[in-house]
Amino acid sequence: MSGYHTGVLVILCFNIIAAYAVYLPLAANQLNLGIAGFMAVGAYAAAWLTTELNWAIAPAVLVGGGASALVALVVATPILRTQGIYLALATFALGQVISAVFLNLEPVGAAAGYQVPAYAPAPAVFAATAAIVAVVFYLSRTRFALYLTALKNDATVSELLGLNVRALQIAALAMGAAIAGIGGGLYAHHFSFIEAQHFNVALSITTVLYVLLGGTQTVWGPLVGALVYTLLPEVLRVGAGWRYVLFALFIIGFMAVRPRGLVTPDLGRRLGAMLTRRAKPGRATP
Amino acid sequence: MTETPLLRFEDVHLAFGGLRVLQSLDFEVRAGETTALIGPNGAGKTTVFNVISGVYRPQSGRVLLGGRDLSGVAPRQRIRHGIARSFQNVRLMAHLSVCENLMVGQHVKTNGLRDLLAPFRLMGNHRWRREAVAALAEVGLEAHADAPVGGLPYGIRKQVDLVRATLAGASLVMLDEPAAGLNPTETNALRLHLERLKTRGITLLVVEHDMHFIDRISDHVVVLNFGRKIAEGSLAEVRRHPEVRAAYLGIEEAA
Repeated sequence: MSGYHTGVLVILCFNIIAAYAVYLPLAANQLNLGIAGFMAVGAYAAAWLTTELNWAIAPAVLVGGGASALVALVVATPILRTQGIYLALATFALGQVISAVFLNLEPVGAAAGYQVPAYAPAPAVFAATAAIVAVVFYLSRTRFALYLTALKNDATVSELLGLNVRALQIAALAMGAAIAGIGGGLYAHHFSFIEAQHFNVALSITTVLYVLLGGTQTVWGPLVGALVYTLLPEVLRVGAGWRYVLFALFIIGFMAVRPRGLVTPDLGRRLGAMLTRRAKPGRATP
Repeated sequence: MTETPLLRFEDVHLAFGGLRVLQSLDFEVRAGETTALIGPNGAGKTTVFNVISGVYRPQSGRVLLGGRDLSGVAPRQRIRHGIARSFQNVRLMAHLSVCENLMVGQHVKTNGLRDLLAPFRLMGNHRWRREAVAALAEVGLEAHADAPVGGLPYGIRKQVDLVRATLAGASLVMLDEPAAGLNPTETNALRLHLERLKTRGITLLVVEHDMHFIDRISDHVVVLNFGRKIAEGSLAEVRRHPEVRAAYLGIEEAA
């Protein structure tokens, strides 16, 4: 694999991790527009642990994820009082606040950025991404995921059926934050340098965009969204200067043709039916 | 009857701003019986359901379940105390399949974090799925188990809503217009199903407009108008009541 291909794959991995960090709360009807802030918490926490306290990378990254989840838990109570667009605005503001804090935090370099000597090579990033995807896929097979869809559909009825809607939403937000934090920690140790400006609004918003592009109704959506969002611009390099114009047109086209995202439960069912039909030869197709 | 009723309203008042929705409401639901709640539109029937489920909190008065005051019981805890309901406008989760909707209905019977995180969708024919399909089979709907709810006809969704309400092992099941919008065959199937529930010892509280249906299923009828109880007794008895006749015929100050 060439350096270019490895580089693209690493970016893809970080985008996949970010996508699942956004997806988990979104599955519980919470749009987190401050995901970059949660990545920053994980990135700085992990980087500080390896740099100042000489921790090994793996535990430092995990603790970074934990720190990010902790921030989510602390802010969950006030933030989840808001709904819909107001919740999105609250998380957006939170992301800004976190970024601003690191911009001024001298022990981690403040505006000059923070050097991270400990290095996580590409295979480590691949393995961590695979683990995160496996965990989210596992969760999607449980009642936890079923309940998130239920409360997204009708929170009142979910509550009357005995679900603790608030606890489920807080759990989803915190788990998303943990994933974002782990992603941030890995990022810091792979690129050896972090600065607060990287964890900006654009990062939060583009992540949400490609999760929506992939689809939020199935666990495959964020994966496909991140793949398309990362790989399409690479394929479009043939278009030279027009690359991003083409890319934007593709995105608009996708959203026009598949407004619920590229992957929907309906698509899954149709694919499933097609596969079973193929598996049973001799049966006439209607 | 001296035994404690399963459910009891004691002088319940509820108002939204200046609008009095329930006024000094007293009534009882006896265990094992089917009680029908009738009255003209806007009489407060669905409001009674919402008070029992905890969606609305009355300003005064008490609601007792088996002698226990429900005022301190959160809405989400009430199903654990044996109160389940269906909804007038069928509130199923549209993005889930029929079977998945029923599995949400099983929630209170599951075992905490362990069941919450058990990957049951990886285990072929899991116990939860078998239970849900068996409940569907009772009303002849097992063929629809995997259908997404959104695309099903109204009559089927209505029945699924009812089945979901019965999966939590509740002792009191409230049904909000279960027969509305059903064809005669479906209505008949519904009646048989309610009888089956009754033989299992489930107490039913039913809001319904179809008087033939009420006649066939109910042991006791409570009539509401403008948030007050105006009569109760057997259907024949309440039908003779002058205030009930006035309420249904729309004559004020009748008799």
